[in-house]
Amino acid sequence: MQCLPEELLIATIADLLLGCRTVAVGVSSPIPGSAALLARAQSSQPLRVELLESLHGNSFTRGSVELFDRAAQGRIDAFFLGGGQIDGLGNINLVGAGEYPAGSVRWPGSFGSSYLYFLVPRVILFREEHSRRVLVPRVDFVSAPGVSEPGVFRRGGPYALITSKAAFLFDAENCRFRLSSIHPGHTLEEVLDNTGFEFDYTAAPAETSSPSAATLATIRGSVAGEIAAAYPQFAARVFPRHQ
Amino acid sequence: MTESNVVDSIDELVARIPDGARLALPKDSAGAPMGAVRALIRRGVRDLHLITVPTSGLATDLLVGAGSVASVETSGVSLGEFGGAPRFNAAVKQGTIAVRDATCPAIYAGLQAAEKGIPFIPLRGVIGSDVLAYRDDWKVIDNPFAPHGKDPLLVLPAIEPEFALFHVRRADRFGNVWIGVNGELAIMAHAAAHTLVTAEEIVDDDLMAEEGTAAGTVPAVYVTAVAQARKGAWPLAFLDQYPADDRHLANYVRAARSAEGFDDYLRHCTESADDT
Repeated sequence: MQCLPEELLIATIADLLLGCRTVAVGVSSPIPGSAALLARAQSSQPLRVELLESLHGNSFTRGSVELFDRAAQGRIDAFFLGGGQIDGLGNINLVGAGEYPAGSVRWPGSFGSSYLYFLVPRVILFREEHSRRVLVPRVDFVSAPGVSEPGVFRRGGPYALITSKAAFLFDAENCRFRLSSIHPGHTLEEVLDNTGFEFDYTAAPAETSSPSAATLATIRGSVAGEIAAAYPQFAARVFPRHQ
Repeated sequence: MTESNVVDSIDELVARIPDGARLALPKDSAGAPMGAVRALIRRGVRDLHLITVPTSGLATDLLVGAGSVASVETSGVSLGEFGGAPRFNAAVKQGTIAVRDATCPAIYAGLQAAEKGIPFIPLRGVIGSDVLAYRDDWKVIDNPFAPHGKDPLLVLPAIEPEFALFHVRRADRFGNVWIGVNGELAIMAHAAAHTLVTAEEIVDDDLMAEEGTAAGTVPAVYVTAVAQARKGAWPLAFLDQYPADDRHLANYVRAARSAEGFDDYLRHCTESADDT
């Protein structure tokens, strides 16, 4: 089925949310937000989505402080984080490249990552750009570590990494990513060339499944309508016919 | 008699904020007081120590670009769909402002400690991050109540802003301000020594008279002064009251790429008093 790259990513991420009861979505996350809404539409059990950036898309009555309190209590099952740099240990950097603080590039800052990475069981790393600039051997600044010393309270961490080229799952026992599938139109060689850290893979990796016609209809229908409230510019670009 | 804290103009409101003040601002999407920020810049305020609750965008970028800021404690400064905050990023790279990088729940927790009048507060997570490594005011202790074994735990000092400044939909003539479900504005108001508020409208009714409105109200006891500011969050979106002025913001992002472009923008945008 012919689909946009964004739609493939939305469907791929939605599959990773199966079994979740509550999925929260932070700022600047239109594709993860759409994925969470798709997962809710497809889930056979009740699935709650909390869109932090949407005026009527969340149930917080004390502001976004409530997201963090709920996460600490174990009430949030999945969340999304990105980063200007991500390394093979699952460390993420949202602060900047080069030496801290006055490095070569400054990014916005760590947001809630330094905390939510520890407390949300299933954290999905999402970054469209798949390059050696982003997927580095070692991040320049650890906004949030991928793994912790024994004895540090931690119920969550990296679960998967989704880029514009491929999907990886994180092997927490060995602290490494494992390539799970490559998106249509991309190759293993290209993924290896553009990834700055080592990861596990098989000689013939699977191709990421394209969304079915029914899934695409849901994305282009109810999901497009709902995500536009939080991300109008994204919705206008990706779902222009819905406007 | 009952004292009223309603003042006549935004300029009168922000005149209370001295140079060098520790000033808490809300995130851009939840009551950023843009009219008041322009008034502060018009006044030529200097050496502010900003605390963004927990993040910021245009409000911080304007103040930093105008040379009004000495330091920023923040979990993130960004213009959202419009990209990075150009003047903030440039100032960090040039070292002209000090940045204290935090994480969202740490800023909330520090303010909540101030609300409770306690010196510090514990928080989960963060251990092993460089956010913690660069914060000499944050410590890790052993949880004194751990049932077995060691349980390292982050503790943060209370954050006590001298001023909180934010914009709301509605205030009443008694100086009560309605925040609805945006409870973090109440945390800011409780934590700060002085709270200054701009409001789209100032109504004659008493917001505290009915439980329906009182539940979402910061009572005047926490509010030092209120001024009316129609479209007080412009050019940002404000709740369901008005959308973002996308054209203005796109122009800003283009202009603020350079210090000169920013200065031109600032002249046009802060020259005259905001329409109140």
